Amino acid sequence: MEKINGVAASKGIAIGKLKLCLNIEDQIVKRQIDDVSAELSRLDKAKDEAVYELNKVYLNALKRVGEAKSMIFQIHIMMLQDDDYFSTIQHIIKEQKVNAEYAVWQTGKQFSNMFANMDDEYMQGRASDVLDISKRLIHRLDSSLANGLDSIDTPSIIGVTDLMPSETVQMDKEMALAFVTKEGSKSSHSAILARTMDIPAVVGLSDKFSKLTNNANIIVDGTLGEIIIEPDEKILAEYQQKKKDYEKYQAELRLLKGTEAITKNGVKLEINANIGNPEDVEMVLENDADGIGLFRSEFLYMNGNSLPSEEEQFVAYKSVLEKMGSKRVIIRTLDLGADKQVPYLNLPHEENPALGYRAIRICLDRKELFVTQLRALYRASTFGKLAIMFPMIISVDEVKQIKSIIEQVKSDLSKEGIAFSSDVEIGIMIETPASVMMSAELAKEVDFFSVGTNDLTQYTLAVDRMNHSISNMFDSRNPAVLRMLEIAAKNAKNAGIWIGICGESAADTSLTDFYVKIGVSELSVTPASVLELKKAVQQVDIK
Amino acid sequence: MKTFQYVVKDEVGLHARPAGLLVKFVNSLNSDVKIEFNSKSVSAKKLFAVMSLGVKHNDKMTFVLDGANEEDDCAKLKEFCEKNV
Repeated sequence: MEKINGVAASKGIAIGKLKLCLNIEDQIVKRQIDDVSAELSRLDKAKDEAVYELNKVYLNALKRVGEAKSMIFQIHIMMLQDDDYFSTIQHIIKEQKVNAEYAVWQTGKQFSNMFANMDDEYMQGRASDVLDISKRLIHRLDSSLANGLDSIDTPSIIGVTDLMPSETVQMDKEMALAFVTKEGSKSSHSAILARTMDIPAVVGLSDKFSKLTNNANIIVDGTLGEIIIEPDEKILAEYQQKKKDYEKYQAELRLLKGTEAITKNGVKLEINANIGNPEDVEMVLENDADGIGLFRSEFLYMNGNSLPSEEEQFVAYKSVLEKMGSKRVIIRTLDLGADKQVPYLNLPHEENPALGYRAIRICLDRKELFVTQLRALYRASTFGKLAIMFPMIISVDEVKQIKSIIEQVKSDLSKEGIAFSSDVEIGIMIETPASVMMSAELAKEVDFFSVGTNDLTQYTLAVDRMNHSISNMFDSRNPAVLRMLEIAAKNAKNAGIWIGICGESAADTSLTDFYVKIGVSELSVTPASVLELKKAVQQVDIK
Repeated sequence: MKTFQYVVKDEVGLHARPAGLLVKFVNSLNSDVKIEFNSKSVSAKKLFAVMSLGVKHNDKMTFVLDGANEEDDCAKLKEFCEKNV
């Protein structure tokens, strides 16, 4: 039995078997070989097996999703059988006298780079197909290599280097009892994702991660940030009790459903939920949130291999709006870049992505992409109560540009005879010090402010939220951050608009009365924290 | 040797699906088939090579056929392109 500590990233207790899911890249070792022809025949055999396997996948898909959508597996087969691809692998084995796994991965990377560098978004998306077939081939060569997240088929505790948003959104939530990760911090996206899914998580284990072995029995305490490896019976019983207690507490919170978030002195707050996927709506309704305060639209861009079409986006927005009925849904436009990359956008590597080409900066530069999203949003607006907000704003000029694009989109829709709602609220994220400094002017341009406390903390304190060595300095309660909030709230009030908080610290109940005092009227948190926050608001009493 | 020019009608260009169909079809022919585009020439029997050309909607590419059945194959290929590419 051994206990290790990490960062408590998502509450709850899980007891179960650990499944390590590591990137192929981290597991491939370069090995010198003597017998080239044996290695080449291993490769041939692996290819035949991979093709056989893909054929089965293809035939299966053909029955389920039809010819057009199954074609991708045919393409994968053809890619595997492609002469150029295969002879490159053989060449590396022969020339460098190395193992086939290494040669396949080198070749996969080389071909995928070729696609990634093409001047065509669709083709850039093919880069991931090449990596996909290369991984398949490598698994045929060495089946002992740990699989990716998508291969988990029994509920397990999942151990990964870091949770990639693109992988996490694709995985079956039922399969994850808890997450434990080597990298990440409390405010990294993986931690946020875990909280949204209400799955216990301990992140940032760094070197201690190597103590975890595949199939070990472990306990994860996401509330304290502890992991117990191979617990003895006494500890196991103790944690089974703790787990029960936690579940009981959750049950008590559920009794608050249907009650309003009103402080003792009569101030009513709107408690909303943050979501990152249409499926999360169930969690929102389950936890009785007043609405959705932040719907991150990135999932649309991360699930596929190419930009989501207007129709695809429309369907997703519409489904959420319909399910929420008369409750407000605030959708944030594309917030990629920085630590949320997608391969097909082909964003160049940046030295300092947090201050780089991201979010609204991409949208105002690549307007076609922005227009597609806005059209989908406005088309969906007739199906519920939609509000739209824009991330990373630093100037009034940006807001003016956005508004003029919106006018254009609306006028196009009118011309095409497509209906849209005329009372869609427009708001901005307050997450840069610049937006706080300009909040008096910005408030005159929009209907609401929503504070992103993670980025506002990062930019105000100049503390990188991804950097472990200064993670103790990342403090949303720092007086400088709180003063920023006060200024923005005052200017919102003066202009007669509302201000909310959708960042992580909205859930920090030690700040709830501060928020009420400065005039914040909306708090948006992960669905799993809604009821706990409601309880905290009901206890606030400001004289 | 037979050659013909063809303008791609598919909206997204010669992307994976039409490229895949094309390569599959060309492999059923006996002739050696090359595609010339943008001063590059590649074998139409190789998927990666065809895709790497980055042929887009309305681009004009040239097919070059060589072999004993080139007449017949050329007619078949034209017909195939009209339907699929």
